[in-house]
Amino acid sequence: MCLGIPGKVVKTFREHDVLMGKVDFSGVSKSVCLEHVPQVQIGQYVLVHVGFALSMIDEAEAQHVFDFLKSMDQLDELEVPSPEVVSSRVISSRDAPA
Amino acid sequence: MKFLDEYRDSEAAKQLADAIARTVTRPWVIMEVCGGQTHTIVKYGIDEILPKDIELVHGPGCPVCVTALEMIDRAHAIASRPGVIFCSFGDMLRVPGSRGDLLQLKSQGSDVRIVYSPLDAVNLAAANPEKKVVFFAIGFETTAPPNAMAVWLAKRRGLKNFSVLVSHVLVPPSMTAILQAPGNRVQGFLGPGHVCTVMGCGEYPSIARRYHVPIVITGFEPVDMLEGVLWTVRQLEAGQAIVENQYSRAVRPDGNLQSRQLIEEIFEICDRKWRGVGIIPKSGYKLRYEYRDHDAERLFEVADIETQESTECISGQILKGLKKPHDCPAFGKTCTPQSPLGATMVSSEGACAAYFAYGRHLASKAAKPNPIARESQQLVQIGGGK
Repeated sequence: MCLGIPGKVVKTFREHDVLMGKVDFSGVSKSVCLEHVPQVQIGQYVLVHVGFALSMIDEAEAQHVFDFLKSMDQLDELEVPSPEVVSSRVISSRDAPA
Repeated sequence: MKFLDEYRDSEAAKQLADAIARTVTRPWVIMEVCGGQTHTIVKYGIDEILPKDIELVHGPGCPVCVTALEMIDRAHAIASRPGVIFCSFGDMLRVPGSRGDLLQLKSQGSDVRIVYSPLDAVNLAAANPEKKVVFFAIGFETTAPPNAMAVWLAKRRGLKNFSVLVSHVLVPPSMTAILQAPGNRVQGFLGPGHVCTVMGCGEYPSIARRYHVPIVITGFEPVDMLEGVLWTVRQLEAGQAIVENQYSRAVRPDGNLQSRQLIEEIFEICDRKWRGVGIIPKSGYKLRYEYRDHDAERLFEVADIETQESTECISGQILKGLKKPHDCPAFGKTCTPQSPLGATMVSSEGACAAYFAYGRHLASKAAKPNPIARESQQLVQIGGGK
């Protein structure tokens, strides 16, 4: 139900004063609401849920797991890298905003 | 497909499974929150390539499953009225209520339609001004922005014939309910990736701290999920309980601020009844008073319809991670996707339906496949981009 599919923005336009776009999913093109990713450029990827783009895909962050696996390779698989290798994604321990 | 295929890579999956095996020293119970994650686990056999000390239990994150029976009966009551076009996502229309499902109503002459997006339902209202178009607005926080956008657009376009039957549910209160349940077994969570693309991660540190559980916000592909398990196990082994974001390609720490603002504008938090579980305080959204002209529950006067659930079904315990589908005597016998007894069998993302779809009702627990053999078999499938 919470399915989110990455797709490439190929065109943007406005409809009823809302930012819309054509998004390509490996050859299948769909009309998608882009109103909440207003900074998106043609050629960038967005995560689409029920015809609505929820976020942009961060291409650098998309690499992190493969960088991590490469670092494991470099350790010759003798030991698992320490958590510090990937700990940059720790969420600061704060409460939800009021 | 870019940003999908690489996360189904068999070699990467194997490396991560090996890293998990080298990290774990004792048994741990980890819950994946989302139904989409449950589906990935069962489809790719991820639980079977993990060390036997890691037990994955399946969480409540299938909104179709947890939509209360009485909400389906209310939808039924609205859809059967003349002059109504009733729309929803496809899997919701197949869920049986007390008097059959919504698609059966269609065969009896009601105008029931499947839409891809709630925005399609708004366009349907514009194209059919003589009809009342009602959209069944279900879902977790992930689906709240598109549903809120539909209501906002309808009001802006002056479409008085568009309304929504709202049955939204929220993830953090359900996690708290699980952790507070007597006999809770969950020691760590794979957090809901797509929910957090909208809401961000800010609601989770207080849960991690209060109940001392690691929460790793995790994506939905096999490599994502194995990395999420690795990070969770590392925390468990080190006695840590913090929030980490494995799904950083899509999830920003504060989520999508525009989406959060729109949700705040359209919805307010309410108590919500979950199928199989009961009422969880402050666990849902309802429309704000300012949008009452688009509130189908009010317009069609169906709020007083209440329904009792079957008592045979153990889905409440499955949704809380206390039991597995195999523990139910009805599983795969009197309860199947064609005639479900309860929540976890009604949608393909429910734990029971996923187990059934991938043939797990055919194997006894004792005959669990050899993990190594299963690993090579399943990883080939992962590599094949199944």
